[in-house]
Formats: sequence, C-alpha cells, structure tokens
Amino acid sequence: MALSLGSSSSLSLASPFSALPGQAAKPPSISSSAAGKIFLNTKSIEKKHLRQFQKATKVLSYYGLTSPPYKLDALEPYISRRTLELHWGSIHRGYVDSLNKQLAKSTLYGCTMEELIKTTFNNGNPLPEYNNAAEIWNHDFFWESMQPNGGKLPWGGLLQQIEKDFGSFSNFRDEFVQTAITFFGSGWVWLVLKTNEKKLSIVKTSNAVCPLVWGDIPIINLDMWEHSYYLDYKDDISKYVNNFMDHLISWHSATGRIVRAEAFVNLGEPKIPVA
Amino acid sequence: MALRALFAKKTLTCASSFAPVSACLDRCLGSSVRQDRALTLAALPDLAYDYGALEPVISGEIMRLHHQKHHQSYVTNYNNALEQLDAAIAKGDAPAVVRLQSAIKFNGGGHINHTIFWQNLKPVNEGGGESPHSSLGWAIDEDFGSFEALVQKINAEGAALQGSGWVWLALDKTSKKLTVETTANQDPLVTKGATLIPLLGIDVWEHAYYLQYQNVRPDYLKNIWKVIDWKYASQVYETATA
Repeated sequence: MALSLGSSSSLSLASPFSALPGQAAKPPSISSSAAGKIFLNTKSIEKKHLRQFQKATKVLSYYGLTSPPYKLDALEPYISRRTLELHWGSIHRGYVDSLNKQLAKSTLYGCTMEELIKTTFNNGNPLPEYNNAAEIWNHDFFWESMQPNGGKLPWGGLLQQIEKDFGSFSNFRDEFVQTAITFFGSGWVWLVLKTNEKKLSIVKTSNAVCPLVWGDIPIINLDMWEHSYYLDYKDDISKYVNNFMDHLISWHSATGRIVRAEAFVNLGEPKIPVA
Repeated sequence: MALRALFAKKTLTCASSFAPVSACLDRCLGSSVRQDRALTLAALPDLAYDYGALEPVISGEIMRLHHQKHHQSYVTNYNNALEQLDAAIAKGDAPAVVRLQSAIKFNGGGHINHTIFWQNLKPVNEGGGESPHSSLGWAIDEDFGSFEALVQKINAEGAALQGSGWVWLALDKTSKKLTVETTANQDPLVTKGATLIPLLGIDVWEHAYYLQYQNVRPDYLKNIWKVIDWKYASQVYETATA
C-alpha cells in the first residue's frame, strides 16, 4: 500500500507520534484531499501493527494436497494416468478443498490429521468433517501403498510376520483378494496391525472409515470405491485386485510402516539367526 | 411327470400340497435329495429400449455394462445365495442361514433396485422426460410445492450421499404422502420403511455414471431427468392410491 506525500502536510512514518514541524502536537487524521491523497490516522497504524502481531500468533491448521511419490503415469498399465488425474487431481483434491472450507467455520483446527480423524469419528457418530478428513488420509496412505514396479513378495521381518499370522504369504494374498472381490458397496480393504491382538489382520471398512479410529495401525490399503478402477477395469474387480497385488503394492512402504508400528506394539522377540 | 416338475427349478410349487409326496421321496431317495418345493430363481429382465437409446444422457456403454455385467452379477449371486439358503434351511443350519443374509440383502436388493430403475427410464422419443401430470403431478405439488422443488431436493440428496446408494421418490402406502429417501449400497426402499413404495429410483453408484460424467455426480443427476419415465411412476402411484 503506497502512501503519497502531499505538499500541504507531510507525514513522517518513522515516528507516528512526533509533532509535525510548525504544528501543534496533534496526530494527523485521515483526510482525503481533492487530489485523492490519503493519510493514515496514527491510531489505525497502531491497530494495523497490533493486528499483524495477532495474526502471527494465531495458528490456523489447514491441510494441503500432497502428491503421490511418483508421476501420474508411473503406475501404467495397471492404473492409467487418466484415472490418477481424476482420482488424485479431482476427487482427492476435492476432499482437501471441502475440509478446508469446513474448517474455516469450525473450532477443530490445530490437530494433526490423525487426531482430527479420531476426534471427528466421535465413536461412531461422525461429525461432518470426518468424511473429508478420513478420505484425505486414506488417499494419502493409498498413494504411498503403491509404487511403480511394486508387487512381488515382502521380505525380512514383514514376511515373517505375515507367515506367522496367516500361515503363508499365499494364504494372506488369497484372503486379501477374496475380501476385495466380495466387497459390498464403497470402501477400503486394509492390512492392519491390530494393537490389542498384536497381529496382522485384513479388515474391510465402508465408505471413509479408517482403522485408525479403532487404534489399529494400517500397513497397506486398497481403494475399493468404483472410481478407483472403473475407467481401467470397468466391473472386472478381480483383475484390478490381482494387478494391485502382483504389480503395485509397495512392500517398501509396508516395511517402513510396520517397523514404525513396532515402537507401539510389542510383536515379541525378533528371530535372530544363529550363526 | 410330477417328479420332474419337483426338480425343475424354475417352477413355482406349493410346499403343502407336495408334503406327502416329499415324505415318500425322502424314504426312497434319502435326505440328500429333499426338494419338496422348487425354488423360484431370479432372472435378468430385458430392457424395453436399446442400450444406446438413452444417449446422450446415459451412454450406451454404461447401459450395456450396467445391465449385462452389474445387474446380471446381482442376479447370479442372488440365485446362488438363495440356493445355499434353501439347503441351509432344509438342513436346519442356522448359522449358515444367518451368514447368508448379507449376501441376500445386497444381491437381492441390487436385483430389485435395478429392475425398478430400468422401468424408470425411457428414451426421449418415447416420452422420457415429460413431467408428471394428473394425480401424481398434483401430489408432487402438494407435498413438495412444485415439480422443480422435487427435482432440486432429489438432486441435492443424491449428490450428498456418501459412497454408493440410491435416491428415491417414495410413496407411503398408509399416509399417502410422497417423500424423498436415500438408501445405502443396494438396500431396497423397504429398509427405510415397510410401508414405502418406490415410484422413482436413481442409481448413484459410481458405475452408473463414472465413464461418462467422471466424478461430477451433480451433472449426471441434472441430466437424468431428461429420460425419466413419469408415466410409469404415475401408474405405480395410481395403483397404490386406488
């Protein structure tokens, strides 16, 4: 905002309260002369400084759209670029925009996303922000659950844990695929680490429900809403799920997540190989 | 003869009239082949119009997939569930009976809902899109203020529905009042009220519009009114309020 200095009276900004030369010590007032020059009332300068100071200390936590850790065409031919453009660029972004709009009028700010989800889930009676918040989190988690050249097998501790809790990797794979194929409606299929039972488990949730609300730790998820696969697979859910398992699932991410989870859930003594 | 009729799955028979025969069958063939009544299975109904007849409102590709793949799979899975249910009932396997309920509700509901949906649609050159007249038209004005208000309400509720489901124009049989309802997944309208009759149902599952409208469900809802068959809805209304 530019201040124009007129010829008739000048305003010294260095010291708003100093008296102008040749005048009584009186703060200059707002006046707009015929030439259109506007001088600031010192009171409003004061207020403006104060307001800026207040703005600096008031923390508003709004959320942004994070990008998937790969280019939008990186998952071809299993998930097309067009699907990701819509799924991430339009649908995921839509949830972020909707949540930010809701938060502008709500008292629920200053939380992390996980805190927001648990709070707004409200033990089963979700508040209006829940759907948007959970879907943002679910989708962030989903992009990171996939990678180009994914699939194949997990390794090390994660594979051991899967074999311990499911019997074998192929049992786990079959159960995951079966759960996804027999899905009713919209929702997600998850591999979670159950904190109470201390074991890996496959759960399905409908619409936006996220296992975080039950205190469980998600390891991998798969979006079963039709918008995730319809453009590429139409109604062939089996092909979508099998491609996810064989070519997209990121065991790197899963390993990182379960390693982090072990800080919260005691999975027993590690199997240290004997020399 | 009578035995063949017993084993033909598509005939509807009355259980009580065959009770003595079934008892005899039991003794002859053992309990493994106990079919004292035949099961009526569902069948995929034909559309009254071509797949492409609703263009450009709903594309032919969507109609074909929706009918031949989605509705067909509901029919197939419903029939499977019915057969398993029949066997479970015959064996007295209560846990199996209860376990099958969700598959029956989902697939049976899908079959019911889509059968209504195909009848709710009509190509434009056969009367699709013409607003309702006579008794249904007056009832809409009375219960919603105007036809436009009804359309707006249905569009709003349909767009706001989270996930998958249906939006309905329902008639309450007892109060004779019209209401707008939504159901989740493939729940039929009766799950919202035993006295509710569906006059009009709009599928807002993503498979109903995604290929054409992508995630812009409001556009799909705005356009679908051009192919709604109000004559069918009026017929249902008049029969129910007669």
